[in-house]
Amino acid sequence: MAKAPAGTLYRGRQGMWSWVAHRVTGVLVFFFLFAHVLDTALVRVSPDTYDKVIATYKTPIVNLLEFGLIAAVLYHALNGLRIMAIDFWEKGPRYQRQLTYAVLTLWFLLMAGAAQPVLAHTFRQVFGS
Amino acid sequence: MTVIEAPRSRARSRTSFEMYSWIFMRMSGLLLVVLVLGHLLIMNVLDGGVQRVNWGFVAGRWASPFWRTWDLMQLWLAELHGTNGLRTVINDYAVRDSTRFWLKMLLYTSAFLVLVLGTLVIFTFDPSMK
Repeated sequence: MAKAPAGTLYRGRQGMWSWVAHRVTGVLVFFFLFAHVLDTALVRVSPDTYDKVIATYKTPIVNLLEFGLIAAVLYHALNGLRIMAIDFWEKGPRYQRQLTYAVLTLWFLLMAGAAQPVLAHTFRQVFGS
Repeated sequence: MTVIEAPRSRARSRTSFEMYSWIFMRMSGLLLVVLVLGHLLIMNVLDGGVQRVNWGFVAGRWASPFWRTWDLMQLWLAELHGTNGLRTVINDYAVRDSTRFWLKMLLYTSAFLVLVLGTLVIFTFDPSMK
């Protein structure tokens, strides 16, 4: 594999792909935020309306999508911290590759830990108790 | 070693707006890490997660000024951070001037609606409605 050109963090390899993933997750989360403010606004309409709409969040498919949303938000947050480390910490740029692996490792561990509490109910519902 | 060309950029006068936008993304991002991950932890992970969320649960939380302030800050920072991010994405990929203009108008209109609606809901919510 060709070496990344010198003098840039954002062209080629880890630096570029983590940037691509940052964009994609950012756009996804932004669109969700739009829907989420609308559904939460229903608390002003009536308790009944709100509860009916929130019930869709508790169905297995939407619950799985929520797990995906958490994955996107968590990646965006951890990679955002990596970006700040690169921009503000003097040794950040030198360790950006290691920081990428730290982000991915931490992301994976936290997602593994979140799987049980987030998905347990859906798992029981789909596969029986 | 390869030398990288300077990034492409449109010739126009440089204002400090883009620098403030750059700083804002990092400062709001830092706060959002705490606000949003805290929100996700409470809503989806702890104590039964989303299965226990209903109108009464929201009313219980918004009875406290602490959580109203939390959610208000979260709303404004996330919406502005996201809008500024989408603005950058539109500037990067929409080639025609008119496409860029209308996509950004759509973006700013949606951001305005979300901020007004969200703020109104947080301030005017009545926990004794039921």
